Amino acid sequence: MQKSLFASAAVAATLLAAPLASAADLTLYSGRGESMVEPIIAQFEKNTGISVAVRYGDTAQLAVLLQEEGSRSPADLYWGQDAGALGELSKAGLLAELPADIYEGLPTIYTSESGNWVAASGRARVFAYSPERVSEEEFPESVFELVDERFEGRVGWAPTNGSFQSFITAMRLEHGDERTLEWLEGMKDNGAVTFRNNSTQVQGIADGEVDFALVNNYYLPRFLASDADFPVEQAFFTDGDIGNLVNVAGIAVLESSDDREAAVEFVRFLLSPAAQQYFTGNVYEYPVTRDVIQNPVLEDFDRLLEVSPQIDLDDLDDLEGTLRLLRDAGLL
Amino acid sequence: MNQTHQTSTPRRAPGFPRLLPRGVPLHILLPSLIAAGAMLVPLVYLGLRAFEADSATLLDLVFRPRNLQLLLNTLALAAGVVALTTLMAFPLAWLVTRTDIRFKKALTVLGVIPLAVPGYVMAYALIGLGGNYGVLAQLTGIQLPRLQGYWGATLALSLYTFPYLFLNLRAALAGLDGNLEESARSLGYSRGETFRRVTLPHLMPALMAGWLVITLYVLGDFGAVALMRYEAFSYAIYTQYSGAFDRVYAAWLALMLLALATCFVMLDSLVVKRKLARIGTGVARPMMPQPLGRARFLAWPYLVALFTASIGLPVMILAYWLLLAPPDLSFFARVPGTLLRSAGAALPAALLAAAFALPIAFLTVRYRSPFAILVERSAYIGYAIPPLALALAMVFFSLRTAPFLYQTLAMLVITWAMASLALALGPIRSALLQTRPSMEEAAHSLGHGPISTFTHVIFPRLRRGILAGVVLVFVLCMKELPITFLLAPTGYTTLAVTVFTRTSEGMLAEAAPFAAAIVVFSSLSVGLLLTKEGK
Repeated sequence: MQKSLFASAAVAATLLAAPLASAADLTLYSGRGESMVEPIIAQFEKNTGISVAVRYGDTAQLAVLLQEEGSRSPADLYWGQDAGALGELSKAGLLAELPADIYEGLPTIYTSESGNWVAASGRARVFAYSPERVSEEEFPESVFELVDERFEGRVGWAPTNGSFQSFITAMRLEHGDERTLEWLEGMKDNGAVTFRNNSTQVQGIADGEVDFALVNNYYLPRFLASDADFPVEQAFFTDGDIGNLVNVAGIAVLESSDDREAAVEFVRFLLSPAAQQYFTGNVYEYPVTRDVIQNPVLEDFDRLLEVSPQIDLDDLDDLEGTLRLLRDAGLL
Repeated sequence: MNQTHQTSTPRRAPGFPRLLPRGVPLHILLPSLIAAGAMLVPLVYLGLRAFEADSATLLDLVFRPRNLQLLLNTLALAAGVVALTTLMAFPLAWLVTRTDIRFKKALTVLGVIPLAVPGYVMAYALIGLGGNYGVLAQLTGIQLPRLQGYWGATLALSLYTFPYLFLNLRAALAGLDGNLEESARSLGYSRGETFRRVTLPHLMPALMAGWLVITLYVLGDFGAVALMRYEAFSYAIYTQYSGAFDRVYAAWLALMLLALATCFVMLDSLVVKRKLARIGTGVARPMMPQPLGRARFLAWPYLVALFTASIGLPVMILAYWLLLAPPDLSFFARVPGTLLRSAGAALPAALLAAAFALPIAFLTVRYRSPFAILVERSAYIGYAIPPLALALAMVFFSLRTAPFLYQTLAMLVITWAMASLALALGPIRSALLQTRPSMEEAAHSLGHGPISTFTHVIFPRLRRGILAGVVLVFVLCMKELPITFLLAPTGYTTLAVTVFTRTSEGMLAEAAPFAAAIVVFSSLSVGLLLTKEGK
């Protein structure tokens, strides 16, 4: 009967799947997508012989999962897409301290003083624009200028997006809560268009819905890689403006890990020249170390340090305050 | 002439309501208790988390005016989707069961395939229609305004949920006895009056069941709604979990959603108070198919429009992604393995859900009682609860009671079955309502035990309903996301997870082969099972 056929197929599949779980030495929870992470994992496994099982998911949901699992978590490593998530886990006491030599040599914009996690790659906030409808004279010099009349209804943003929220946290740090709230309300009154995330914003510029968007630097190169005629470009605000915030994708070892040595080795690997080269060459993100070959599409290392505001990554963990502000502004 | 009356209720001592009806066999009671008990897990979890709340923050975060606005938005959306899906599903069901339209089987299959389309793919497809750089603009140069907001969300949701209603209506229409309507006509009722007074009341259970499933789905959906930039209540829940990394106030929001869902469930049972069953078919008369005649010129354009929108659009967007930047062949090579993993979990989940839905359906139809109602309602809890909350509840529960089960395939299958039990329950219960208890009683009196009665008497009659239930659950699990993220064994990536991780990083073309696999394979399963239905 059909039913027994289906049933036996199901049992067979279950049996096939069972060995998968127990095989690996390390378990990684990755908020980063499979296309980014897989090649690096493969390289690591080849270099060291340590096998890694990866759980792919949404950065935030995996962070919530880790909180729910607590000390019972089977995970050894967490790779998150922004500082907020990592800060949250650090505050909850779920992260293990890393050996100091891992992050000692890194520039201040990439280090966390808590020693609980480290940046694996940098992503700069930029503004994307439509070269067809925006001339260079119109470029905003600072992100604060976007509340001006001339930008009415032309700017896109994503208040629910993690990178945007980290950016707001940085803005609060540097300019205070009041000015940040003022800017948020100003943007809202000026008709800023809400999108769900970064890639839909970039698409929105191409579609003609908005002329400007506040996004991370690496989305556009990815669109361009599959479609060289894509009608969007991007630029930085003036040097040091908060709109140029360099956020990070970070890696951390979990307190609940049962093989801390191997986990730390993975972290070291991510900071090695080979991995950093991959991040900048294939993923269009900024490396955290100097000894890599420049990707011509990106600013070089020193230029990035000039362009970015000086923010302490640890202070970016006050997400609650940011969410409260966004709620006060009626955006969440 | 046919008669219908209420199924027999057990006699009880006057004045004292009996909680459990007399004589419920163990093989029905036990699974019902297990299912109801399982649904307690997420409730207990949410209660525990909610208990940690601080009252000032609670007022600030949960009971604020904006949440009320989001709630109203969601209700408006649900109303819109219910209306639109009825407009879509009813004519289709009528055409397929009551008229002499050609290619009925093909039309039936096409009417169910949209279930296979993941919500976010449909949303992307609709979005791709408009905009200066959308698919339509690129292919034809026509630039339409972008579909979004309330109408975008309503359309997107309707296009892939109308099959629920279609399946229910089709079963109900096909099961209607022709004698009833013909008698009404012979008594002088016009066509319209016959429809209103005879046909429609008999269709109400099916309509209500379909509406309930769709409404509960709309309450919880986030993906398609967010892409359409419509601010629904799910937005608030998502922000709490994923924005604030918070489980305490998110639990409160989830409980609010469940309360709303329970209201709808209770409303449903209030309206469908009478339980109908046949006691004698007399001379059973299937309805004669009405000739379409000139109405054909209305019917076919309608059908073409419906299927172009619900199936053509997603296919177009997937083809577009694939052709725009063809991904490496290696991606295509990955699809079979991922597909096996998806199906290898979805199929057991579907079978498990159906296995539990059967006894529960019996309980609610043959042994009606407060307990039965409670069990039925608890099945809807699993369906209505935000999947992320359900997954977290299972994480909490299994880590503390059965750690060896944590992040195993078994856990994923069990949780999927819990989330979709209500889906399987619908068709099975509808099928059961159309059968007579006297056949089972006759089998018992002839000495057949429960298993024998089941295989020889019950299963053949319920086969269509059971198959429908299995297919519905299977197709839902093939595209499920949040529960998979949290509970699947690490490394056990499914098609849906792969599609998500690639679209979220903007790699739409890489996602296309996997999304296509979901749609194709689910459609094949649907088609296969529908054709094996045997009618």
